[in-house]
Amino acid sequence: MKALKELSGVAAPLPMINVDTDMIIPKQYLKTIGRSGLGKGLFHSMRYNDDGSDNPSFVLNQEAYKNASILIAGDNFGCGSSREHAAWAIEDFGIRCVIAPSFSDIFYNNAFKNGMLLIRLPQEQIEDLTRQAEYGANAVFSVDLDSQTVTAPDGATHTFEIDDFRKHCLLNGLDEIALTLEKDSKISSFEKDKASAHSWLTPAA
Amino acid sequence: MQAKTLYDKIWDAHVVTTEPDGTCLIYIDRHLVHEVTSAQAFEGLRIGNRKVRRPELTLAVVDHNIPTSDRSGGINDPESKLQVDTLRDNTKEFGVEYYNEHDIRQGIVHIIGPEQGFTLPGTTVVCGDSHTATHGAFGALAHGIGTSEVEHVLASQTLLQNKSKNMLVKVNGKLGVGVTAKDLTLAVIAKTGTAGGTGHVIEYAGEAIRNLTMEGRMTLCNMAIEGGARAGLVAPDETTFEYLKGRPMAPKGKDWDEAVAYWKTLKSDKDAHFDAIIELDAAEIAPVVTWGTSPEDALAITEVVPAPEDFADEHKQAAAKRSLEYMGLQAGTPLSSIPIDRVFIGSCTNGRIEDLRAVARVVEGKTIAANINAMVVPGSGLVKKQAEDEGIADILKAAGFDWREPGCSMCLGMNPDRLEPGERCASTSNRNFEGRQGHGGRTHLMSPAMAAAAAITGHLTDVRELEATASGGTTT
Ligand code: SF4
Repeated sequence: MKALKELSGVAAPLPMINVDTDMIIPKQYLKTIGRSGLGKGLFHSMRYNDDGSDNPSFVLNQEAYKNASILIAGDNFGCGSSREHAAWAIEDFGIRCVIAPSFSDIFYNNAFKNGMLLIRLPQEQIEDLTRQAEYGANAVFSVDLDSQTVTAPDGATHTFEIDDFRKHCLLNGLDEIALTLEKDSKISSFEKDKASAHSWLTPAA
Repeated sequence: MQAKTLYDKIWDAHVVTTEPDGTCLIYIDRHLVHEVTSAQAFEGLRIGNRKVRRPELTLAVVDHNIPTSDRSGGINDPESKLQVDTLRDNTKEFGVEYYNEHDIRQGIVHIIGPEQGFTLPGTTVVCGDSHTATHGAFGALAHGIGTSEVEHVLASQTLLQNKSKNMLVKVNGKLGVGVTAKDLTLAVIAKTGTAGGTGHVIEYAGEAIRNLTMEGRMTLCNMAIEGGARAGLVAPDETTFEYLKGRPMAPKGKDWDEAVAYWKTLKSDKDAHFDAIIELDAAEIAPVVTWGTSPEDALAITEVVPAPEDFADEHKQAAAKRSLEYMGLQAGTPLSSIPIDRVFIGSCTNGRIEDLRAVARVVEGKTIAANINAMVVPGSGLVKKQAEDEGIADILKAAGFDWREPGCSMCLGMNPDRLEPGERCASTSNRNFEGRQGHGGRTHLMSPAMAAAAAITGHLTDVRELEATASGGTTT
């Protein structure tokens, strides 16, 4: 995965609760067998009119936010389907960090696997950050993973929590599969013990 | 020894290694694969020059993209066809068992796992699909994963996980007549909210849960994810064992006896600690329908469409306003007066034989309302065959239902089955998100019996009233 240490940029405010993955990337984009190019489908039904033109009232179509690298969203962001296409689409658009009061478990995992940083902050702080993000292109936020802080345009710093292992992988851009495969002997001995204790576990052919 | 929950027990039995911060490497016993979320994972294996570690623990099927009309002529949509062909080729290259669209065992991934006896109590089950929670009905720790994790499991048969918290949902008493597992699961979500289960694994317990059939328990656990939970669990019991016995991939002979002896130990200890407990009285649950675009927007059919001002929180108010606009509904309208255009019976929530029987019971000897298009999509080829053998298919066809081939179909409309903009559908699926069943389509979630009742009257209907009229005023 791509490493991420720090990031600064404009943050797009999307103060809606329960933004589901069907909204983030709808089904017509799920037929791909690749990972790239999904940014154009991001938030499809909110972002485009029925005739395919841009809906000017949607935040990512406004000049100030076209190059946003951070998204500030509402509670339960990324709920619904497990489609990793949602993370791929956000990342492909250029957003590497999403800040919200809470995320669905699966989306949270998927995003980190793609070198994105998701930050949970309490509701009042999110409301404050959303207000500041609404100032547009001049409101620059910075995020620092090492110190686990978000600095808002008004200079205030907000600290966030993250698991050490996840942080370590993202800071160093580690390939988790390679890391796991280094533990091959442990996996093999686990399998051996299981096979002798529970022979029924192997599916009947 | 410290008292443990069912979740604790299954978790502890699968930890391979633990990182200093508590992140664990968990062993995965069963991996289900479908065409939409696996291509990039197999591609990753190829790029990394890796193999599938235990192909015999992996089962693949096509379900999302395939047409539910006659398939003998192949798939017309070139992108769907490419995705299906890619799965076929990948499973062949990596030695994974695969049910193609002509195989009678083919069906929705969460229907065929249990049906084949691939899903077993006490196992860990994953799939690149959020409704993997379904398999928790067997007392398996089952959850959805993303494509990167699919690749991780294929390569290592393990997954990196942080342990979730324990939540207990206890449903006391008995469900009333006409009230089903679907009503129960929607009622739970209406109570907890769609984020209520976030970070938790839910164990469902209590008399009403014990009385559910395996089909009902699968419907219940299927929607645990809609309540935000990582997984849902029901402790295995005789109902579970009876369902599994003799299934093609279930243990046989001595293995079966050993397995059952072990499965009987799989229940929460009496003093086990739960981080959250929710109790419901089954008798208070009425048949439920959703009115909005989130599964938590569920109300008893006897209620009216709410107004945004009915919600305390300003974010909920904004969401309700948006939902009502999208759904084309006025606050104060009785739910039972809302006319519908389409009926969809199927999906991994309600595409099993018991669901089709419930529909047949309601519609037998009746015909669906004029101008309604009603489709039944069995969850698997075997469900379809059983329904045909039992005469259910004939009853449904005689009532005016369109009898289709198995798959996900209009649950999400990746295949040609979908709603047109503005069409309103009584649906037995699990998601009423904007555009889920087709761009601009309006979905009301409900049980199979309720969807059947709506098909007959042409509007959302309390199935208890329909049955009362049919039987001369008494319900049995
Ligand atoms: S039936 Fe619907 S919810 Fe179930 S796996 Fe298929 S698309 Fe997903």
